[in-house]
Amino acid sequence: MIGPGMADGAPGLAPSASPSSLPLTPGPTAAHAVSIAGRSLGDRIFRVVTTAFAISIPLLLVLIALEVVVAAWPALARFGFGFLTSSAWDPVRGEFGAAPMIFGTVVSSVLALVIATPFALGVAIFLSEYAPRWLRQPVAFLVDLLAAIPSVVYGLWGVFVLLPILREDVMPFFATTLRLGNTPFFSGPAYGPSMLAGGVILSIMIVPYISAVSREVLMAVPRSQREAALALGATKWETIRDAVVPYARSGIVGGVILGLGRALGETMAVTMLIGNRHEISASLLAPGYTLASVIANEFAEATTELHLAALMACGAVLLGVTLIVNVIARWLVWQVGRDAR
Amino acid sequence: MIPRLALALSIVTIAACSGSERSASDTTAASSGSVDLNGAGATFPYPIYSKWFSDYAAQTGVKINYQSIGSGGGIRQLSEGTVDFGASDSPMNEEEMAAAKGGKVFHFPSVLGADVLTYNLPEVTTALRFTPDVIADIFLGKITKWNDARIAAQNTGVTLPARDILVVHRSDGSGTTYIWTDYLATVSPAWAAGPGRGKTVQWPVGIGGKGNEGVAGQVKQTPGSIGYVELAYARQNRLPVGFVQNAAGNFVEPTAESITAAADGIMTRLGTNSDYRVSIVNAPGDQAYPIASFTWILAYATQENAAKGRKLVDFLRWMYADGQRSAAALDYAPLPTTMTQQLIARLDSIQVGAAK
Repeated sequence: MIGPGMADGAPGLAPSASPSSLPLTPGPTAAHAVSIAGRSLGDRIFRVVTTAFAISIPLLLVLIALEVVVAAWPALARFGFGFLTSSAWDPVRGEFGAAPMIFGTVVSSVLALVIATPFALGVAIFLSEYAPRWLRQPVAFLVDLLAAIPSVVYGLWGVFVLLPILREDVMPFFATTLRLGNTPFFSGPAYGPSMLAGGVILSIMIVPYISAVSREVLMAVPRSQREAALALGATKWETIRDAVVPYARSGIVGGVILGLGRALGETMAVTMLIGNRHEISASLLAPGYTLASVIANEFAEATTELHLAALMACGAVLLGVTLIVNVIARWLVWQVGRDAR
Repeated sequence: MIPRLALALSIVTIAACSGSERSASDTTAASSGSVDLNGAGATFPYPIYSKWFSDYAAQTGVKINYQSIGSGGGIRQLSEGTVDFGASDSPMNEEEMAAAKGGKVFHFPSVLGADVLTYNLPEVTTALRFTPDVIADIFLGKITKWNDARIAAQNTGVTLPARDILVVHRSDGSGTTYIWTDYLATVSPAWAAGPGRGKTVQWPVGIGGKGNEGVAGQVKQTPGSIGYVELAYARQNRLPVGFVQNAAGNFVEPTAESITAAADGIMTRLGTNSDYRVSIVNAPGDQAYPIASFTWILAYATQENAAKGRKLVDFLRWMYADGQRSAAALDYAPLPTTMTQQLIARLDSIQVGAAK
């Protein structure tokens, strides 16, 4: 989406700019001069307004970041770098560390991506390549509708439907049937609320984002690309694999990043399912915690200044984690785009 | 629907007008707004508070707006002076008292609440009995099986399953957790030295659920789990509730009577000049339920705004005289009568109007 969108934008600019300069050449009449002056004033105002909008949003981001860091300062100054590596979270004695939450935020989001990306890509490829026209719109609409469901509804559904399924069927299947119970990743008792539950609910929540973007990008792949591959004797599958998907690659990665951003910041549904335990465990069956969840859980009743500051510090760390992940993702898009060329 | 709404609105408006008229005759500084008093704080007593405020508005025309933003927020807002009164499930500590911008803060117990143990054992149909040290050791992770000899010792005749115990606690900071950990820290030196007491603590074992509904939902779903929720929530949702051994050695069921008995028990220890910032866990008394607590309304000892101060005192007096009667219907325990009499007398020590 990013690639084709930008390509469309560039040629679009040229024709719209030329009419304003065209009337200048035939020699301006008085009426022309007025209209040109009026138009150029309007142009200038429009330019100033858009510039102001463009600047205000990054400025807002900087102000938010600054405000969060200032509020978090008592905790950051007290614990320093240790805040990122410590697993202690003891409001009674005033010891705070965000390591389990950083771990939980990253792991649950990555888990969500691992589950959601193949699904979302499958949906997108089906809709753009295989689905008959009459089926395309309804299915696309229903998948997109997943994005409109409030997160607390996902949470409730998770508590009453997903957790029992995970506890009774999925977790025993991994631990016993597949004999993965002895590996650290599926060890321990299966209670339900767990990193796995958090990852699964997140994956469902981000599927519409990834699939919607991927679908649009795949549909934007020129027909000629497919026809060329088919003409060379490629099967449908080979055409999709070698001609269509690579062409849309950077756009698809963009969609995945959008999904990742959503997963990192998601709060309510995860809080209801992840178990809220300040502990780093390799097992996906064990409860975990995320940065967003701890803020949602403890902010209302944090009475000491240090506790509040520690929660703000979690907010700052979340901002930092999101930033780092986004930078890595942009770099990936750039790499992918370069390789494709 | 619409005519009824209009009628309700006009009643409210009339009530508000009559309210402000009365105060206008008292003092020139009376507020002309539609809300007479603003309060904020604890969520735990919110159901009873909102009933009181609506009953009080119907009877006297004085309108009280209450935001249940949590005890911490209530203390902060009172301290900043953005509300006329605060409400909290745990008493303010010395630091918070010193930071309050309006001077000395009085704590007025408004009603009693309690935490109950709830559990999910499909095999067991009778109510289980728990001793304090068994509860503490379950939550410390020292007792991990339901058929542990120490649980069985108090429950003769009950066949306990060999299930693992899953502890479920609150993940959000809450007064419910404060009462629970206050109790554990009182009865168990190991708990006091370990996690300690607070609205959020470092739990040795277990998983966290958000809110009473989060804990109860988790317990309902998971066989072998045990958790704590506030009494009103457990009663309204018909959760199985454990009997707890009190300081006198009796196993007591949590009821409005046994909780009021706990406050009665603590009265014997309180002087008449107490500031009521006291814990009533593990209270003396044969029938006292041991995991109970006051919830407090916080008000400045000196009310700078005379009109508002007078309204607040009037309301508190009404709360002790009439309000207590509606507590039990909402599964809160009323304060003992001897205590409300002392508290009404204490209302006189609030200074109304700037004393300079």
